[in-house]
Amino acid sequence: MKDYEVIIGLETHIQLNTKTKIFCSCKADSWGDEPNTNICPVCSGLPGVLPVLNAEVIRKGAILAAAMRAQINPKSFFDRKNYFYPDLPKGYQISQFDEPIGKGGYMDVPLPNGETRRVRIHNLHLEEDAGKTKTEHGMRLLDFNRCGVPLVEMVTEPDLRSGDEAAQYLIRLRQLLRWIGVSEADMERGHLRCDANVSIRERGSTVLNTKTEIKNVNSIDSVRQAITEEARRQIELVESGGKVESFTLDWDADRSKLSKMRSKETEADYRYFREPDLLPVVLSDEEIETIKAGLPELPLARRARLESEYQLSAYDAEILTSERSLSDYYETAAASYAAEAKSVANWMMNDLSRLLNDLGKTADQLLLKPENLAEIIRMVDEGKINAATGKSLLKKVEESGKSPAKLVEDEGLGLIADSDALRSQIEAVLAGAPDEVASFRAGKESLLGWFVGQVMRSSGGKADPKRTREILLELLSQE
Amino acid sequence: MNLTALSAFETAQKVRAGELNANDLAEAALAQIRAIDGVPGSLAPGILESAEEQKVHAFIQVTEELALSQAARVDRKIAEGEEPGALAGVPVSIKDIFCVEGTTTTAASRTLANFIPPYTATAVQRLVDAGALILGKVNLDEFTFGSSNESSAFQPSTNNPWNTDHVPGGSSGGSAASVAAQEVALSLGTDTGGSIRQPAAFCGVVGLKPTYGRVSRLGLIAFSSSLDCVGSLSRDVRDTALMLQVMAGSDPKDSTSSTRPVGDYLSALQQDVKGLRIGLSPDYEAVYYPDFESGAVHSEPVQKEVRDAVLRAAETLANAGAEIIENVPMPNTRYGIPVYFVISRVEAASNLHRFDGVKYGYRTSAEINDLNDLYRLSRGEGFGPEPKLRILMGMYLSAAEHASNFYQKALKVRALIRSDFENAFDPEGDYWLDALLTPSTATTAFKRNAVLGNSVLMQYSDQMTVASNHAGVPALTLPGGLDESGLPIGIQLIGSDFGEDTILRIGHAFEQLSTSETWRSEKPQVLQGEVKA
Repeated sequence: MKDYEVIIGLETHIQLNTKTKIFCSCKADSWGDEPNTNICPVCSGLPGVLPVLNAEVIRKGAILAAAMRAQINPKSFFDRKNYFYPDLPKGYQISQFDEPIGKGGYMDVPLPNGETRRVRIHNLHLEEDAGKTKTEHGMRLLDFNRCGVPLVEMVTEPDLRSGDEAAQYLIRLRQLLRWIGVSEADMERGHLRCDANVSIRERGSTVLNTKTEIKNVNSIDSVRQAITEEARRQIELVESGGKVESFTLDWDADRSKLSKMRSKETEADYRYFREPDLLPVVLSDEEIETIKAGLPELPLARRARLESEYQLSAYDAEILTSERSLSDYYETAAASYAAEAKSVANWMMNDLSRLLNDLGKTADQLLLKPENLAEIIRMVDEGKINAATGKSLLKKVEESGKSPAKLVEDEGLGLIADSDALRSQIEAVLAGAPDEVASFRAGKESLLGWFVGQVMRSSGGKADPKRTREILLELLSQE
Repeated sequence: MNLTALSAFETAQKVRAGELNANDLAEAALAQIRAIDGVPGSLAPGILESAEEQKVHAFIQVTEELALSQAARVDRKIAEGEEPGALAGVPVSIKDIFCVEGTTTTAASRTLANFIPPYTATAVQRLVDAGALILGKVNLDEFTFGSSNESSAFQPSTNNPWNTDHVPGGSSGGSAASVAAQEVALSLGTDTGGSIRQPAAFCGVVGLKPTYGRVSRLGLIAFSSSLDCVGSLSRDVRDTALMLQVMAGSDPKDSTSSTRPVGDYLSALQQDVKGLRIGLSPDYEAVYYPDFESGAVHSEPVQKEVRDAVLRAAETLANAGAEIIENVPMPNTRYGIPVYFVISRVEAASNLHRFDGVKYGYRTSAEINDLNDLYRLSRGEGFGPEPKLRILMGMYLSAAEHASNFYQKALKVRALIRSDFENAFDPEGDYWLDALLTPSTATTAFKRNAVLGNSVLMQYSDQMTVASNHAGVPALTLPGGLDESGLPIGIQLIGSDFGEDTILRIGHAFEQLSTSETWRSEKPQVLQGEVKA
């Protein structure tokens, strides 16, 4: 068998997380709503209505363009894409076409093998979503709730080389979208949808062969599987002397199978022309600069900085930059306890992550502020409390909103490091165990651990273990 | 007092002063409609009595209950000392292309024969809020596609009140006829290539196409969105100023509506025309049209009586101190119709996509096998010949393989047409006009069935008006005389962007200066049987 290379381009539809739809004041997200309950004359295309552009859509679209390092178009336009379909109530979709909000750009995708794949973006354009059609009991049912939901369509160049890479791209895109706050990017809810164009060629060749388009791949796993499956099919086909034809394929996630939807021999003519009901979208140099300047440090840059600035492992830095709020949390906590930034990372990777998971919260939603976390770690490190108390404090602070120091004081959680108090407790333990004291003094030094355990028990876990050991050794060595 | 002959201005003044009540005005208008309008337009008119041929047939639907309830509201406000609005008690008709909540809005098409919108057009709402009484929805060419009213799916279509053998023009033919026949004082119309001004001229009334964006388009069922303007029809210029005053101004629901402050149109009328520069252009003396076999361009001079009326008006204005500037070149005017064919058809085809039998409007009752059947039959049965023709042409012209040859080129020529006006009105330019004076139409009203069926020739009746739609500038038509068969002649004043105040001022001055002319005392045929008050 020849050595083949798989060539993949992805077309993603990203639902922007604006409050209202792109051209009317219906709320943008209809998740869980009854069909046709979140519609108005504008989004359901009644005669005589006119679109009014939601400025927030432009702002978020431009932020995404900036984050993709695309060129933000100072003057972009909306066009009409004309076609008939029952879930398209106006009979045309208002969409950007030849002058979209963003052109070019790229995203660097780190691959598991350590390499980075630069995925170039052809363009990003804004458009309105159509409704949903489903067939039930022999009837075609329409739901217009989704009509007018703001989308960014972002198309990559054919720069991806495997199902895994495509999956990585989507993972990174999802991370970025949430990071910059323009989309919830929840694939299950259709906030991030993906079509994949797949073709194969002999490795070393530079031609682009006939591609197929896979629709309906709406989870990361589906993307990986569907592309892998389609590449395998194309290779087998070509190896057996066949020829790849231009198909649209549907991915059935339940059965992990591709099926042919329709052949795509002729391109549809959408008869694009400028939407006369809307004005051009003009962004001044100043506005574009403001958008660029307002862009946060992006995840990969922050990951690299966490590694170098705090000496974190690549793995830790990766986890801590999985969400922007988590990495912001980390940096604030680390700043409060700069000497032990690495220790802060360990606490976050283990105990804080568990807390977030248990509560289903993101880091920015916690009552337990990063400063509180730093304070708790510091108290443990300084021997004011033991590690187990520190861990239990995370939850207590989160539940009560009280400061860690106050909780330690109120609940008497502090370690007994005061020599007099500890000494008298230890003396009591030794007095109650004359046999063991004798054995120790006779040379059975392994009993030290047992003595420490007894002291811990009698103090209810509050004895400072280090000091306990010192005092024990001192008292046991006296005759 | 003959209530139906009163102007809107006088009516509102008397109602506000408590001299008239709105209910009497509504009843008088309803009586006038009953007396002279005849059977309303319908999809299945059956065989009509011959007497119906002499009727106006402006209305598709008379909204008696609505008018009476609005009148009651005005009268209650007056009784309670509340502000009743600038149009208190004024009877108006609405071209049946505007959505009025709870009222059937047909666009004169079978497609929308049963469509009842859940919202009201902004312009209509502003009239109602100002105390106007909505007497009903008036006929038009189907979806506004025509210049004679005859293409309406609701027959009989409207007749010209001056001579019922003639068309009222179109597409706002019902609007123009209802005003001329004193069924209402004002009518709300739309003008995409001349659809207010041509029927206003044919029916001897005043019609204004404001600057694009001056009046909100929300609720107007779109024909060609970049050309459609909402405007007024009335019997004198002061009423036009009053109606514009009420309707003009930005609308947050129409992104293309202008946020520019609205002028004081009524005050503008008090100024005379001394020193105003009014242009005449040789490019408005003939209609140019291509021979579709050879491609050669023919020209047909404007009807002599129409041309004479324009020159007479120029002389009248000059005598009052206006400066007449002759030979203003408007060289791209002649391309107005070809460009209009392209732009308006492309936009119309797209705007009509939504009428697909799926959500509202006409759906075929024939057996269907698939989605295509539903579309094909619903649209095929729902649309009349003129929409079908425009859809086909628009689809063809906007197809990817043709768009650069036609649509893109048409946009460039449209920009040239606009530049003609910019040059003429440029304060730093050679002409620095305040207005251009032209004929409103090349001929007076033609006979029924004379042009119907020739879609191209019908379109060329808009040649005097269409350029201002391309350019977006305001244009006013007002009566300028009668031809020898007694049909009205319209003269047109075209202004610069948002220069409505200036053209209204000139138009009003001309009215005042010509009150004593004999043609002013002539009345439309349908009113001649009336006892003079």
